[in-house]
Amino acid sequence: MNKENIKSWLKVNLFSNWYNSIISLFVLFVILSIIPSFIDWAIIKATFIGKTKADCKSGGACWVFIGVWFEKFIYGFYPDKELWRVNLAFIILILTVISAFFVKPKIKPYILFFLIFIFPLIGFILIHGGFGLENVETRVWGGLSLTFMLTFFGIIFAFPLGVLLALGKRSELPVIKYFCIAFVEFWRGIPLITVLFAAAIMFPLLLPANTNVDKLLRVAIGMGIFESAYVAEVIRGGLQSLPKGQYEAAKSLGMSYWKMNFLIILPQAIKTVLPGLTNTFIALFKDTPLIILVGLLELLGMVNLAKSNSYWLGMAVEGYIFVGIIFWFFSYLLSRYTQSLEKKFSTERH
Amino acid sequence: MFLNSEFKTSLKKNLQLSNLIPQLLLILFFFFIIYFFANNAQLNMKARNMSSGFDFLGTNSGFDIQFSLIDYDGSSSYGRAYLVGLLNTLLVAFFGIFFATILGFIIGVSRLSSNWIINRLSLIYVELFRNLPLILQIFFWYFTVLRSLPSTEKSLIIFNFLIINLQGFYIPKFIFTNSHYIFYGIVFSLLTIFLIKYYANKMFYEHAKVIPVLKISLFLIVVFPVIFSLIGGVTINVEYPKLVKNFGIFNYLGGVKLIPEFLALVFALSLYTSAFIAENVRAGILAVNKGQKEAAKSLGFNNSQSLNLIVIPQALRVIIPPTTNQYLNLTKNSSLAAAIGYPDLTGAFAGTALSQTGKAIEIIFIVMMTYLTISLLISLILNWYNKKIALVER
Repeated sequence: MNKENIKSWLKVNLFSNWYNSIISLFVLFVILSIIPSFIDWAIIKATFIGKTKADCKSGGACWVFIGVWFEKFIYGFYPDKELWRVNLAFIILILTVISAFFVKPKIKPYILFFLIFIFPLIGFILIHGGFGLENVETRVWGGLSLTFMLTFFGIIFAFPLGVLLALGKRSELPVIKYFCIAFVEFWRGIPLITVLFAAAIMFPLLLPANTNVDKLLRVAIGMGIFESAYVAEVIRGGLQSLPKGQYEAAKSLGMSYWKMNFLIILPQAIKTVLPGLTNTFIALFKDTPLIILVGLLELLGMVNLAKSNSYWLGMAVEGYIFVGIIFWFFSYLLSRYTQSLEKKFSTERH
Repeated sequence: MFLNSEFKTSLKKNLQLSNLIPQLLLILFFFFIIYFFANNAQLNMKARNMSSGFDFLGTNSGFDIQFSLIDYDGSSSYGRAYLVGLLNTLLVAFFGIFFATILGFIIGVSRLSSNWIINRLSLIYVELFRNLPLILQIFFWYFTVLRSLPSTEKSLIIFNFLIINLQGFYIPKFIFTNSHYIFYGIVFSLLTIFLIKYYANKMFYEHAKVIPVLKISLFLIVVFPVIFSLIGGVTINVEYPKLVKNFGIFNYLGGVKLIPEFLALVFALSLYTSAFIAENVRAGILAVNKGQKEAAKSLGFNNSQSLNLIVIPQALRVIIPPTTNQYLNLTKNSSLAAAIGYPDLTGAFAGTALSQTGKAIEIIFIVMMTYLTISLLISLILNWYNKKIALVER
C-alpha cells in the first residue's frame, strides 16, 4: 500500500467528517492508554516460571498459578497414573473427528455411527474403568476434560431425542403432538439451574430407596433432556422450511412414515438448520460450568477452587483469563465453522 | 361442511388401531412414570419421617435475607421469603433488560458504522461477550472487579451522588410524600396518549396528515405527572448516604445500597445479553431493503420521515421477536444469582430455604412453575405481537 492509498483509506474510514474524526481520535486515545498497560501486566512484567506464589515478585501477572495447577484444571482429581486413559479417550475422539473430514462421503455415516454408539462405550470404559481397568469414581472427575465429556454426552443424548420431539410436534396424532409440545415448552421455560438442582437434590427422592444413580450421570441426563428441547425447536424450524412436495413425493413412492422421515425429510431439514444446531451445542458447552452449583467441578469450578486455596490467594484474574481464553477459543472456533457451513449450504445467489 | 368432513376424517384416522396404540401407550407410560415417582417419593418421605405438602410456606423461616425490596426478617414466613426472592429476580431482570437494550442498540448500530475503528471495536465487543460463559463473566465482575474497589474510608465519591466502595454502590434515596398523585398523573397521561394515537391514526389514514405522536407523548408523560404532583402537594426528600463510625468501623448509612452481588449480576447479564441484542439490531437494519429508502426518497420523504415511517417500523418487525427472546433468556439466566449468593428466587428460595426445610420436591416445583409462568407469559405476548405485525400479503 502506498502513501496515497493509506491517506485515502484513513480519510474514508476514520476521518470522513468532523464528528467521526473526534470519535476516532477519542477511541484511539482510550485504546492506546489501556492496551500497553495490559500487555505490560500480562506479558512483560509477568512471571512464567516458578513453583510457588512467592516466585511472582515482579508485580505483573502470575502465570505460575496456571502452570502449577494445570493438571488439575485439565483432569480434576483424576489419579495421576491413570491419566493416560483420559488422554487415550480424547485422542481417539479427535482422530475420529479429523478422519471424518478426509474420508469418502460413503464412509461418513459409519463414522457417525461409531461416534454415537460405539465411542461413548469405549470412552466410558476407559475413563470409568472395567474390563481389567481400575475403577475411577466420577467424583474425582473434573476440569476441562469433564467439560468436554459433558458437552459430548449432551450432544449425543440431546440430538436423537430432539429429532424425535421435533417429529412428534408435527405428528398427526393429537396425544403425541400435544405431549411433545408441552414437553418442549416445559424444558424451554425453566432455567438450567433448576434442572441441575432437581437432578442433584430432588431426583433421588423419586427413585426407590435402595437405588443409587450416580450424581454426575443424573446431572448429565438432566442437561441432555434440557438441551433436547432446544434441539427440537431448531429441527422443527428446518422441517417447516421444507416444501410440502417432499412429503407428497415420498408418500407417493409408498414410503412408510419412518422411512419418509429418515430418508427424505430429516436429511434435508437437518442440513438447513445445521448452523442453528451448532449454536445450540455452543450454548450447551458454555452452560457446563453451571454444574459448579451442584458441587461438580469442571474447568471453571477447578479454577474457583484453586483461587481460594490459601497458598494461592489473589490469583482470580489470572485464573479467569485462562478459563476465558479456553472457552472463548472453542466457542469462537465453532461459531466461525458454523458461518462457513452457512455459506456452503446457502442456496441463495449473491 | 368442509370443516365437518375434515373433522370426520381426522376422527376416523385417530380411531384406526395403528394410530390408537401408540397414543394409548404414551398415555399409559406417562401415568406410569408419574405414579412411579409419586409412590417412591411417598415411601422415601415416610422412611425419613418427613411430611409433604406446602404447609411449610406459612411457618417462620428463621433466616435473614440481606437484600430485600419488602420488609423481611427471620420471623417472616417461607412464603414471604419466596416473595422476596421473586421480587429480587424481577428487579435484576428489569435492570438487566434496561441496560442490555440500550447497550445492544448502540453496539448494533455501531456494527454498521462507516467509521472503521467503531465498526471493529463493536465487532470485538460482540464476539468477546457472547462467546464467554455467562457464569464466568459473573464471577469475573464479582470476584475480581468489584473486589478490587477501595475500602469504605477511601470510597470513590462521584458528585456526591454515587459512592463506590467494597461494600457496594450507594446512591441517594428519594422519599416521596403523597406519591400516589404521580401515579395518577402517569395513568392520565397514558390515557391521553392513547386517545391522541387513535386520533393521529385517523388523521393519517383519512386525511394523510402526520401528527408527531412520539414528541407529544414524551411531552405529556413528563408534564402531567408534574402538574398532578403540584396539585397533590407531592414533596421529595433526598436522603444522602452518610459516613458513620461505629465501634471503630466506618460504614455508610442511609440512601440506597446496591450490594456487589446485585451489581455483578446486572453488569454481567446486561453485557452478555447486549451482545446478542446488538446482532439482532444489526440484522434488523440490514433486513430493510435499500429500495425502501429509495422509494421513500422518491416520494419526497425527508430523511427523518423516511427513517421514522419506513425504515424503523420495518427494522423493528425483525428486531423485536428475537430481542424479546433475549429478554426471556436474561430473566432465566438471572437464576445464576445462586452462584454468587444474590438472594433471588433460586438463591434464596431454592438455595437457603431448601437446605433448611429439606422440602426439595415442593420447593423445586414452585421455582420451576414460577419461571415457567414468566416464560409462558412473555411468549404469549410475543405470539400476540407477531400475529399483529405479520405481513399481510395479498
